[in-house]
Amino acid sequence: MAFVDDLGAALDKTPGGGIILTSLDAVMDWSRGKSLWMMPMGTACCAMELIAASFSRFDFDRHGSIPRPDPRHCDVMVVAGTITRKMAPAVQRLYDQMPDPKWVIAMGNCAVSGGIFYYDTYSVVRGVDEFLPVDVYLAGCPPRPESLQDAILRLREQVSTDSIAPGKSRKLTSPLPAPGSARRGEPPVGGGDAG
Amino acid sequence: MTEQTIVNIGPSHPSTHGVCRVVVTLDGEIVTHAEPIIGHLHRGIEKMAENRTYLQVVPLTDRLDYVGSMYANWAYCRAVERLAGIRVPERAEYIRVIVCELQRIASHMMGIGSTGADTGAFTAFMYAFAQRDHVVELFEALCGARLTYNYVRPGGVSMDLPEGWVEQCRAFTAQHPSAMLELDRLLFGNVIARARLKGVGVLSADDAVAWGASGPTARGSGVDWDLRRDDPYSVYPRFDFQVPLGENGDSYDRARIRLWECVESCKIIDQALDQLEPGLVKAEGLPRLLAPRPGDAYDHIESARGSLGVYLVSDGTPRPYRMKVRSPAFCNLALLPLLAEGHTLSDLVVILGSLDPVFGEVDR
Repeated sequence: MAFVDDLGAALDKTPGGGIILTSLDAVMDWSRGKSLWMMPMGTACCAMELIAASFSRFDFDRHGSIPRPDPRHCDVMVVAGTITRKMAPAVQRLYDQMPDPKWVIAMGNCAVSGGIFYYDTYSVVRGVDEFLPVDVYLAGCPPRPESLQDAILRLREQVSTDSIAPGKSRKLTSPLPAPGSARRGEPPVGGGDAG
Repeated sequence: MTEQTIVNIGPSHPSTHGVCRVVVTLDGEIVTHAEPIIGHLHRGIEKMAENRTYLQVVPLTDRLDYVGSMYANWAYCRAVERLAGIRVPERAEYIRVIVCELQRIASHMMGIGSTGADTGAFTAFMYAFAQRDHVVELFEALCGARLTYNYVRPGGVSMDLPEGWVEQCRAFTAQHPSAMLELDRLLFGNVIARARLKGVGVLSADDAVAWGASGPTARGSGVDWDLRRDDPYSVYPRFDFQVPLGENGDSYDRARIRLWECVESCKIIDQALDQLEPGLVKAEGLPRLLAPRPGDAYDHIESARGSLGVYLVSDGTPRPYRMKVRSPAFCNLALLPLLAEGHTLSDLVVILGSLDPVFGEVDR
């Protein structure tokens, strides 16, 4: 995508480039929204619903959302399940390996806030937004496959407002919060041997 | 011997069936040592149970073995009932047997399906998952949840069977055995799957006993041990069923006897539905806050993965003093270094799949 990124900056400077950029944006957003490949970061119970969602009955392929195990192929990371402190560095590392532009869906209460493990456990990260920028929060324990479908469609709406020009797109410019800059609770600490 | 290579698989890898990390030492392509590193899903459920009342622990047990939540519910409730001396109504026992045998089918469909996916037969996974979806639908009609049921409670079950459920369940058990025969032909009759599974990861009966293996992992090696028959609990003595056994102890036998167990489960469900009488589904006169007298209790049931035990200690307060889960998945996973040695790296994945671990239960 490096070519497109440079193109946006170059066009913005040329007189009348805005119009070209708008049209380019429309094309890029349309095509990005049509094939949001998923990185299934399934760790616990929600992973079962994630599997069910991509299987014959709910069939996510029809939305262009194909689960790919390799982060380098993927546009959207679906964090499905509890993220423990031992697992968090691995999740962060996989997120870093995904090419821009990238999005995150926090699937299930554990990924949203820690869920049932929020109050009195010592090992669970209280929500994946402690260390990743989350775009869609999906409640449920676990959410139904239809909810995940809804999350993908909502994400597609969000993608359609992004711009390829630097400074105009939230996603391309917002840097990843440094580990430890958590908003609430304690930051995830390295699991030692994870990664 | 060539230079040793160390390969790291996981913790996020599609064929580790969860968040397991395996550090593999390779000589060429041959595994000389495989070390599973667990704990990536350690959520401290046993510790959390100490801060909850006895009833509040039930939803936590759902999240232990999330492929077979009903088992953890039941094992925990049996321990509580033993501790507090609660008698469970007969209808509740029948319902528990029915839902747990359905759960066995749902869980084994996942296990067999992922064995198919590991050996390159993804179609078999789709067929298996279609059957699983029927079971999940039945559970949803029963308690409103697809995965985390919170259905079996101390003293019975949370609610009675809804109208028309028995007919739906009979319709499922009527078609399931023939679907299993189809799956057997599709997966275990396939020459590629046979080549990938036969003779891979052979576990001797002596080793299975010595390492504390249970469930299909032990029965695949010919260890004739099933708690439903050998340490009968609930109403299991009233049913007529077989315990399928493997002969060679390889991945093929471990995976295939799961399939026959599903057919046997259908028989049990049919008999239970025939014998089901109207009545109470929860013991009467239970206090809202259970506070059993000081003591301890252990109870175990045959889950889809093996003998699942829950040990509870009470100090007379409304919260458990200590809860310990004896996880069959943990004990079975410990066999991985033994089984994988001498096989190729691609066979390691198949062996791990045939042990069918669920990491919620391994790490707890």
